[in-house]
Amino acid sequence: MAERFASTAEVRAGLAGVEYLADEATAGVVFLADRLDKPVLVEGPAGTGKTELAKSVARWAGSRLVRLQCYEGLDESKALYEWNYRKQLLRIQAGEGADASWAELEDDIFTEEFLLPRPLLEAIRADEPVVLLIDEVDRVEVETEALLLEVLSDWQVSVPEMGTVSATRIPLVFLTSNGTRDLSEALKRRCLYLHLDYPSVEREREIVLARVPELPAHLAGEVARIVRSLRLLDLRKPPSVSETLDWARTLVLLGVDALDAEVTESTLHVLLKHRADIAAAARELKTAG
Amino acid sequence: MLDLLAGFVGELRAAGLPVSLTENIDAMDAVRHVALDDREGLRTAMAATMVKRPEHRPAFDAVFDSFFALAPSTLGDEGEDLVSLLEETLRSGDEEAVRRLARLAVARLAGMEEGRGVRGSAYVFKTLRLLDVDGALARLLAGSTWLERDDLAAAGERLRGEVEAEVRRRLVAERGPQAVARSVRRPLPEDVDFLHASGEDLAALHRALRPLARRMAARLARRRRHGRHGRLDFRRTLRRSLSTGGVPADPRFRRPHPHKPEIVVLADVSGSVATFARFTLQLVHALAGEFSAVRTFVFIDGIDEVTRLFDRSDDVGTALARVHEEADVVAADGHSDYGRALSAFWARWGREITPRTSVVILGDARNNYHASHAEALAEVRRRARRVWWLNPEPRSYWDTGDSIVSEYARHCSGVFECRNLRQLEAFVSQIG
Repeated sequence: MAERFASTAEVRAGLAGVEYLADEATAGVVFLADRLDKPVLVEGPAGTGKTELAKSVARWAGSRLVRLQCYEGLDESKALYEWNYRKQLLRIQAGEGADASWAELEDDIFTEEFLLPRPLLEAIRADEPVVLLIDEVDRVEVETEALLLEVLSDWQVSVPEMGTVSATRIPLVFLTSNGTRDLSEALKRRCLYLHLDYPSVEREREIVLARVPELPAHLAGEVARIVRSLRLLDLRKPPSVSETLDWARTLVLLGVDALDAEVTESTLHVLLKHRADIAAAARELKTAG
Repeated sequence: MLDLLAGFVGELRAAGLPVSLTENIDAMDAVRHVALDDREGLRTAMAATMVKRPEHRPAFDAVFDSFFALAPSTLGDEGEDLVSLLEETLRSGDEEAVRRLARLAVARLAGMEEGRGVRGSAYVFKTLRLLDVDGALARLLAGSTWLERDDLAAAGERLRGEVEAEVRRRLVAERGPQAVARSVRRPLPEDVDFLHASGEDLAALHRALRPLARRMAARLARRRRHGRHGRLDFRRTLRRSLSTGGVPADPRFRRPHPHKPEIVVLADVSGSVATFARFTLQLVHALAGEFSAVRTFVFIDGIDEVTRLFDRSDDVGTALARVHEEADVVAADGHSDYGRALSAFWARWGREITPRTSVVILGDARNNYHASHAEALAEVRRRARRVWWLNPEPRSYWDTGDSIVSEYARHCSGVFECRNLRQLEAFVSQIG
């Protein structure tokens, strides 16, 4: 058991210290992940702070962040490890004159020296505390997902030529997913599940205040309310938290003092990225004042 | 505690949540790290280990609140006027105030008595009606701005939740958690029956639809790109074989031509199956990018093409609302007549069906004892690539009364029971 964190409250305070305002559930799951040595699967709409959560935990705990960005076509050699063929070839050529037997040579070229660790192996082998972030895991194919299973449940990587590498200390692991496909049951079973949704008006206001302290407090509340109402419209892409922050920064740069329909409409493009969405929001602003 | 947890997990499973054995064990493990008096911590620990789909969370919360209910608290009733208190509370939206109001209202209005076997939802309904929440909201909404409207709606929603929680709390004290959990059980969004969905269920369905469409679009696109072997490219294989002394050691394949299917949807939009048609059309149009073309026809006893309605507006919901006004779907008496609609379709649009077209018919095939005109469907079948029939009725009802599914089924590539989102998803993923 790792016992990095003493309590949920400590996690919350610690994350707040690095400007990540976690709600009770988020802090609770991070705390449990540490106690149970289980990876956390974070799902939710884009831009709700999934990746940021892993980064913030690493920053707060003073751990190194090892990141594996997933994409379609990701394979073992990019996720686990790869042999450094060129170096191995050089070694063989350099040894040609000497009278080494094949067995000796084989032992020699399949050693640490010729291994290129990729993120998963790197996180497992690390001596210092690490946070492993497996980003957008829903992008890999179902077959590739299986690669993760051994690492995430037994904390080890098998390298056929060398044997099994086990973790010296179990890293905190975060997997993020935008839910573009259902992850396999096997993977879900091994993880703690955290659904990060858009924050409530109150929490979003606090987030805005924490990240954009230059914004006057009364505007932060307005910003949060408007964004909330925009999300209630049936939009193609509702504004994310990061877009809310961008908007708040925009308002600061423009020196806005009071938010009226006009200002809002002229800056909508910061929040909404589809023409149809902007039109729908503008219509709403006009009719309801 | 163990017994309580076992009962809890049993109830979760009964509500339809797939809790595996390992997840159950994980939950037990997780609970050990939570202080016993930390109710929200307990909720987090159990949800993180046992609920792995956001759509299942409301069902989990309902069960959790029954099993780990707070004791009913004594309340200081100071005899305030509920009507003015209600308006004030809705306007402020303050959490404490809402909770207090909910308790007052349930105590005064719900009329809960021990020993009466009334369902929990009936008490909730009664309280909200007597309190006239909707009326108060309507009064406050008049002349409110866009933002205030959403504030009020949120406060109203919060009040509803608190009233429900209060009723549940009182019931648990009287009847025990298991019975209460059972009496507030609601189907999961993917299991909601299209034909018998309540307003609330429909809202849940609606929310589930968009992520579902996104997931399925990704799946269809992925399947087109992968796992397809083109045909053997004989010329290039032969040419390659020259370098291996004429042995075709390295076969070459043609690049696969990913073709997108063309979909024609015929939807019965008469009252009885309108909800089903609505959700299916919405799903099909959300997936429009994955098909080379989608054409939509709606019928009752007349049939009309409404593709342009969907093309013109971005929002399928508004398009559907306009279908009844703009489309010419009633030819005679406004009762479903599949035979008439199908023969009209064949006569007018039949030649536009090509061997690349997949035809999907949505409806219960309840023909009101009219002639079936199955021969029109047979003609369609002859021209089209496939003809599918989706029936929102349970299989056991087929061919009872005026339902003539099997008469049409003879001319379909497949007839599917399609009562809920789960079955709909299974169907769409197979036609890609």
